[in-house]
Amino acid sequence: MAVVEETGTYIGAPVKRKEDVSLLRGRGTYVDGLTLPGMLWMAVVRSPYAHARIESIDLTAARAAEGVVAAYSGADLADDWVGGLPCAWPVTEDIKMPPHYPLASEETRYQGDPVAVVIAESRALAKDAAELVDVTYAPLPATADVEKALADGAPLVHEDLGTNECYVWKLETDDVQAAIDAADVVVTRRYMQPRLIPNAIEPRGVLAQVDPTGEVTVWSATQTPHIQRFALQLVLGIPESKIRVIAPDVGGGFGSKIQVYGEAPLAVAVARRLGRPVKWIEERAENYLGTIHGRDVVHELTFAATKDGDITAVKSEAWCAMGAYLELVTPGIPLLGAWIYSGPYDIPNYSVTFTGVFTHTTPTDAYRGAGRPEATYVLERTMDALAAELGIDRVELRRRNFVKEFPHTMASGLTIDSGDYHASLDKLLELLDLDSIRAEQESRRSSGDVKQLGVGFSTYNEMCGLAPSRILGAIRYAVGGWESATIRFQPLGSVQVVIGTSPHGQSHETTFAQIVADQLGIGVDTIDVIHGDTASSQLGLDTYGSRSLAVGGIALHHAGEKIIEKARAIVAHQLEVSEDDLEFSGGAFSVKGSPDRSLTIQEAAFAAHTAHNLPDGMEPGLEQTAVFDPPNFSWPGGAHAAVVEVDTETGDTRLVRYVAVDDVGQPVNPMIVEGQVHGGVTQGIAAALYEEGDYDDDANLLTTTMTTYLVPSAAELPSYETALTETRADNPLGVKGVGETGTIASAPAVINAVVDALSHLGVTDIQMPATPERVWTAIQEATS
Amino acid sequence: MRRVALSVNGTRHELDVEPRDLLVYVLRERLGLTGTTVGCDTSSCGSCTVLVNGESVKSCTMLGVQADGLELTTIEGLARNGELHPVQQAFHEHHALQCGYCTPGMVLAAVSLIEAGEATDEDAIREGLEGNLCRCTGYHNIVQAVSAAAGVS
Repeated sequence: MAVVEETGTYIGAPVKRKEDVSLLRGRGTYVDGLTLPGMLWMAVVRSPYAHARIESIDLTAARAAEGVVAAYSGADLADDWVGGLPCAWPVTEDIKMPPHYPLASEETRYQGDPVAVVIAESRALAKDAAELVDVTYAPLPATADVEKALADGAPLVHEDLGTNECYVWKLETDDVQAAIDAADVVVTRRYMQPRLIPNAIEPRGVLAQVDPTGEVTVWSATQTPHIQRFALQLVLGIPESKIRVIAPDVGGGFGSKIQVYGEAPLAVAVARRLGRPVKWIEERAENYLGTIHGRDVVHELTFAATKDGDITAVKSEAWCAMGAYLELVTPGIPLLGAWIYSGPYDIPNYSVTFTGVFTHTTPTDAYRGAGRPEATYVLERTMDALAAELGIDRVELRRRNFVKEFPHTMASGLTIDSGDYHASLDKLLELLDLDSIRAEQESRRSSGDVKQLGVGFSTYNEMCGLAPSRILGAIRYAVGGWESATIRFQPLGSVQVVIGTSPHGQSHETTFAQIVADQLGIGVDTIDVIHGDTASSQLGLDTYGSRSLAVGGIALHHAGEKIIEKARAIVAHQLEVSEDDLEFSGGAFSVKGSPDRSLTIQEAAFAAHTAHNLPDGMEPGLEQTAVFDPPNFSWPGGAHAAVVEVDTETGDTRLVRYVAVDDVGQPVNPMIVEGQVHGGVTQGIAAALYEEGDYDDDANLLTTTMTTYLVPSAAELPSYETALTETRADNPLGVKGVGETGTIASAPAVINAVVDALSHLGVTDIQMPATPERVWTAIQEATS
Repeated sequence: MRRVALSVNGTRHELDVEPRDLLVYVLRERLGLTGTTVGCDTSSCGSCTVLVNGESVKSCTMLGVQADGLELTTIEGLARNGELHPVQQAFHEHHALQCGYCTPGMVLAAVSLIEAGEATDEDAIREGLEGNLCRCTGYHNIVQAVSAAAGVS
């Protein structure tokens, strides 16, 4: 139910969500709730070894087990594939792109690498029989560490490549080294950002049906139904025109449901062979092994500065784990941060180098923020280090270096269209009351309190709204970055909006309805937003990289313009006036000076459907599609602060306050924007304090369940303080992306706060996550 | 197979279940009540929380046979006469759900917490919901919603 009933005021209003009506009643349609007649269940057999030669696979016992219909090894299904699982981002000309098939048949390269599937009449029988698959492995040496993987004699993930180095990518301005050499102060710091496991609460899942005619329908817990469709053609050779991919309700993704995983083509291949629908639902333990991870990057970051604190150069070198194979956009993840190693600061000299490294681990790929949290973390940590080195206040050093005028072209070459970093920082300081925090900190320090207080800052910007197609082409991404939207008036005036983006928690049904309601002057409840089905939305590039509103929302606005243009022509014809004589307001066209002569847009839609009296040559119907290719990325920014309490005896750290001030342009629905900030901030806090995907020396994953990989609960977190400052983006709605800002900004604010709490003891760095053990050890080392 | 009789959302069911069938799969796959979701294998996430004789229970920690003779409420049974339960309504008002997958379990855990008189302040609510994980909301709005439904500020 909308809180705002009159038209023309939806944008900016906290309209309650349309999505909730079903979800709150348990009527969501997640893949695991779907059942088809004759449906079979698939279970996947995975390698227990990080690296092994497969000597034999014996499926005899599995095939003979109760309820089993079939079992297949990689060799059995080799002829089902016309290609491997695609990687869409070969970032350099000489990148190494090893083949990757849904089932490994000769060698396994990470713990969890799929080697066989079993198909049975029920979930339980499929899993029982999977246990009976007898695989003989010859274990081989393995490594999960990017630096060890580059050392001479390291076990190779892909022997035939002769190296674990996947690529080296560089972006550099001319005089970086000269600027560093000439600087008054040079600060270099080294950082390890651990693996993060995305943990959408709904695991992945696929249900595939192949009709006798060859028509394929796939229900998938995915962020990317359109990308899945063309990838299925690439792997299976089935034309896209025969494939329908449906993303029903999807229970979170955070980047981990972008990829084209082997289970989707496996389910289709098996359903095609058996002539029955096949469902596969991931277990959580499988998810930890078989769904992509994020981060796992080692950085060395250098700032050069004058003694007054003007930063003259930034230089970053990073070694980035790819994992064992390249998933859809694995190599490109670091590049999503490559242009923002100067952050919100005006830094004239710039150098960024990434080395992609294969390790015997689950592939990495997009996890909320993708590349930008990595960049922002090392930047904001090093800002504090530079401030300490210069003896300049951390906040003042940031303020001094802020970009002040927009649009601003960065040394990295991209142009920030809008922002006001001072305004966000001012607002943050107003909310924070830094003086009283400092007084409390001083008091605890002087009394030697066991619990010390720290405050940390992170001022940030980010590039999202993926993305201008020409730029994507120039950086070797395989597809475009446009988005499409269709507005369709039904004859009696209700409206369908068909979008090419595919939500999984982002509230598109509400936000996009608000945009159309305002533009066309109709009630938000008159509008239904249709998404996540390639049969409804033929054109689309799906949801990731905070693109749905910043790209898809603009496409929708342009579709609305086309609707108004056509309706205007119909009304002018019917009222026998010129189009220029019509005003459109509040959902009606009226003749200037004669407001009693008017027709509503819904009357125009009815006239368009009857087609009794349309202008000569006009097609019947009122339906328009627009495809929008953004000329630039979207540039949110802001200022965040964390306040932590650290127990110096146990190393336990509690976040006591978190303040986030963000500029995400015009908020369409501030309630939803705030929810995105809360969720994003939480994932960054989790990375800073709790979460770490950990492998042992033989590349066995140690954090294999939610009992060892610590996703925080409500009990670990405080309520947040949030505010928005607003500069309009250079697009017709003034909107920017918001899905990832919190995750990008928050981790460095928290770690800076932990270090601040302990700085008087001599602690200068703590590796993420700041576990009690790490904090305690840092205190011992600094004070011994 | 073992015959069990249980009441779910006020409707009595008699059915044969395998001794190893978890209650959550009896609800989802035998009774078609798919609102109760599964998020982990380790009783960590709480997505599958239902009310058993009025108390919140993770339905992956119970066998179907253990539900014999008990009264269960799942998310499908919480709204009455088409009207959302006050906790459901509070989740809507406070934007306490995004993807919705953890929501049925979170709502039922909150209902149980409030009815037990344990939702006395923000800290108690946060502690009381510790067994239910949400990856979307950061819990801020969930805590707001439960506070509102419990009548605490």
